[in-house]
Amino acid sequence: MYDGGKIIAGIIIGLIFLTFPIWFTHGKAVKRPEVKLPEKEKQCVQSREYMKTNHMQLLDLWRDSVVRVAQRSYVAPNGTKYDMSLQNTCMSTECHAKKTEFCDRCHDYTGVVPYCWDCHIPPKEEPKEKPEEMH
Amino acid sequence: MNAILSLILSGGVVSMLVAIPLLGVWALPHVFGIHLEWLFGIVIPYLAVIIFFVGIVYKVVQWGKCPVPFRIPSTCAQQKSLPWIKYGYAQKLDNPVSTAGVVGRMILEVLCFRSLFRNTRVEFGSGEAITYKSAKWLWLGAMAFHYCFLVVILRHLRFVTEPMPFFVPIIEKVDGFFQFFLPTVYQSGLLLGAALTFLLLRRLLDPKLRYISLVADYFPLFLILAIVKTGILMRYVFKADVVSIKELTMGLVSFHPTIPEGISVIFYIHIFLVSILFAYFPFSKLMHMAGVFLSPTRNLSNNSRIVRHINPWNPPLKYHTYEEYEDDFREKMIEAGLPVEKQAASPAAKE
Repeated sequence: MYDGGKIIAGIIIGLIFLTFPIWFTHGKAVKRPEVKLPEKEKQCVQSREYMKTNHMQLLDLWRDSVVRVAQRSYVAPNGTKYDMSLQNTCMSTECHAKKTEFCDRCHDYTGVVPYCWDCHIPPKEEPKEKPEEMH
Repeated sequence: MNAILSLILSGGVVSMLVAIPLLGVWALPHVFGIHLEWLFGIVIPYLAVIIFFVGIVYKVVQWGKCPVPFRIPSTCAQQKSLPWIKYGYAQKLDNPVSTAGVVGRMILEVLCFRSLFRNTRVEFGSGEAITYKSAKWLWLGAMAFHYCFLVVILRHLRFVTEPMPFFVPIIEKVDGFFQFFLPTVYQSGLLLGAALTFLLLRRLLDPKLRYISLVADYFPLFLILAIVKTGILMRYVFKADVVSIKELTMGLVSFHPTIPEGISVIFYIHIFLVSILFAYFPFSKLMHMAGVFLSPTRNLSNNSRIVRHINPWNPPLKYHTYEEYEDDFREKMIEAGLPVEKQAASPAAKE
């Protein structure tokens, strides 16, 4: 090989760059996060599958409806009426009361930074439970 | 092959590539109860990545074995000459004699696509006169395409690293700067699609380009366009379970592959097309990713008049130099009145 030293050095540098995810992860299989589901309430405003993939769009519709049309009532597919409110409905004490145990688990795992919290204030959580979530 | 046939062939192949995972993951379980997620989610991606790395290394080594006996840099400026002939910074970059100049030239080539920037178009000006006009559209399209693709690839690191490297959230924040639609639209994805469409239209609308375009030109364009479209559809329209997808991709990079439940078929189409791109890469013109570093017209310094370059395959020749010739015939040359470089040794010393 001509200029073999330079070419092999180039190949090695290229491989180091291209295999970044492999050596960065170094074979460590990270478990998928488990969200803490509400204990009593079993029924969300939509099906679980729908909420998994489309919750952000639903919340966006709620925001537009409340802020722009002043329409606050949401009728779920099963006929139940809900108040369109992130803090009072979704994150009520009965449901997803803790941002750190519900929202943040998946968002942190997938690197999503929702801008909900630019305006909303997440419900207060007892500080003594904080260290447990920091693992 | 004419343009229509090339388009039909490459478009048809990409359509088939979309149909394969659609059939394998969506139709087969519904009709026959066969599940092939493991094939599209694990086996094919691994095979593709192996072909990608082995292919690239093999190709580069093959190129490395080709001798470049002569200096063939394209000389785009005045070469280094006598001290009173100007040889400034522009000349050092466009007609380099030193390694630093070559490095500078390569950096401009790789990061700024300088050759494309110098692209010109021959046109008839007013009347018969031929004019050469600068044509920057190709450069602009290429810059938009390559840099958006880079941003998109770097953004995808969020699926294959845990925790994410620090730069990924920064890139996402800048990319989603306008904060419209939900999930926030990343400009790079849309720009990537737009740049690819421009590069495709360029081939289709210019008769000269259409004439020289082959399946090998259209196929990568269609394939990458299909990848971009499935990605955009998956993020904004059909939606997918991102947590399960990350579980799958993390399984791939950590060599603990799993197939989580509930991943929609659009993801399998996307990853299958990406696998095809990876596997096709070493055999295609996309190898310019490695090849740009090995371009002798760019990476050689123009020092032919400073350093002697010997052809590596020259056979070992026996030379008879002029000095030796003169040694053989000096007396006869002097007798015949021919000029000699070294005078004959004095007769005293001879005896």
